[in-house]
Amino acid sequence: MSLIVNLVLLVFLLVMALAVLKTRHLFAMAMLFGLYSLLVAGLFVVLDAPDVAFTEAAVGTGISTVLMLVTLASTKSGHELVSTAKTRVAPLIMCFVMGGVLIYGTHDIAELGKIDSAPHQQVAARYIKDGQKDTGVPNLVTAVLASYRGFDTLGEVTVVLTAGIGVLMLLGNRRKLRVKESANE
Amino acid sequence: MNNDLVLRAATKWLSPVIILFALYVQFHGDYSPGGGFQAGVIFSSAILLYALTYGMQAALQLIPEWVLRLGASLGVLLYAGVGVVAMLKGGNFLNYSVLAEEPVAGQHIGIIIIELGVGLTVASVMVLLFFTFARRVAPE
Repeated sequence: MSLIVNLVLLVFLLVMALAVLKTRHLFAMAMLFGLYSLLVAGLFVVLDAPDVAFTEAAVGTGISTVLMLVTLASTKSGHELVSTAKTRVAPLIMCFVMGGVLIYGTHDIAELGKIDSAPHQQVAARYIKDGQKDTGVPNLVTAVLASYRGFDTLGEVTVVLTAGIGVLMLLGNRRKLRVKESANE
Repeated sequence: MNNDLVLRAATKWLSPVIILFALYVQFHGDYSPGGGFQAGVIFSSAILLYALTYGMQAALQLIPEWVLRLGASLGVLLYAGVGVVAMLKGGNFLNYSVLAEEPVAGQHIGIIIIELGVGLTVASVMVLLFFTFARRVAPE
């Protein structure tokens, strides 16, 4: 059963990726990326990772699609890149080289769910054995993220805040800029 | 935005349900899938939906921007604050076991508070990002 679901999701994922490549319409592209994320979220559910699927569904499908649409609306038209055969060669080569390196890299990744792979031998075994006793939290993902790796999560939250501050500093002071420009005139 | 009755009616019914689900994911994260990050992004997607249907003015009336700035900083402060309290109680930074008499009870309190901090920061920053971007769209 999970094989069929996997197959359907992966085939649609491939179709979506090709459709993104094929379309010239930026609005359609943003929507297709949203669908792509939704399919990835479905895959995460099949892989028994509902925590990640929540995030992917909300961020990938919802928020980032909306952000992309808002960006499209604020830049308006007149940003099309005229592509000729000459400008297409280098990106194509780069894509193939990058794809080849990534596929080569996957050979070193342990097989999915393999019990004697390195990550399952070290800390994971201890988390699974003692997690419930140490923290009293049934959801092991929360136990690891919030308690065992609490310091890492603090760093992640700080990164989110820093990103927010960065965007605010770059884009947030439009009115002030306007005032300055008119003062200069 | 425009006067689309179907969208407005659907949003009116959907956004409270999404917010309720976000709160469930937030406070039930110890037992079921989810946690602060997930709850934060789900909550902010409800606000985004509201803003897309009813327009920026209505969304800014619902959550003013200073609340978001405050919330984003407060979340990190809450998280780091738990760590400092743990230190004051004689443990290591972010060692929740010393927060209560029983180590497991302390872990529970610590995890709930830091998840709340994570959710607060993530939700605030996501909505803030959208507001900052959307303000640059010239009104039609």
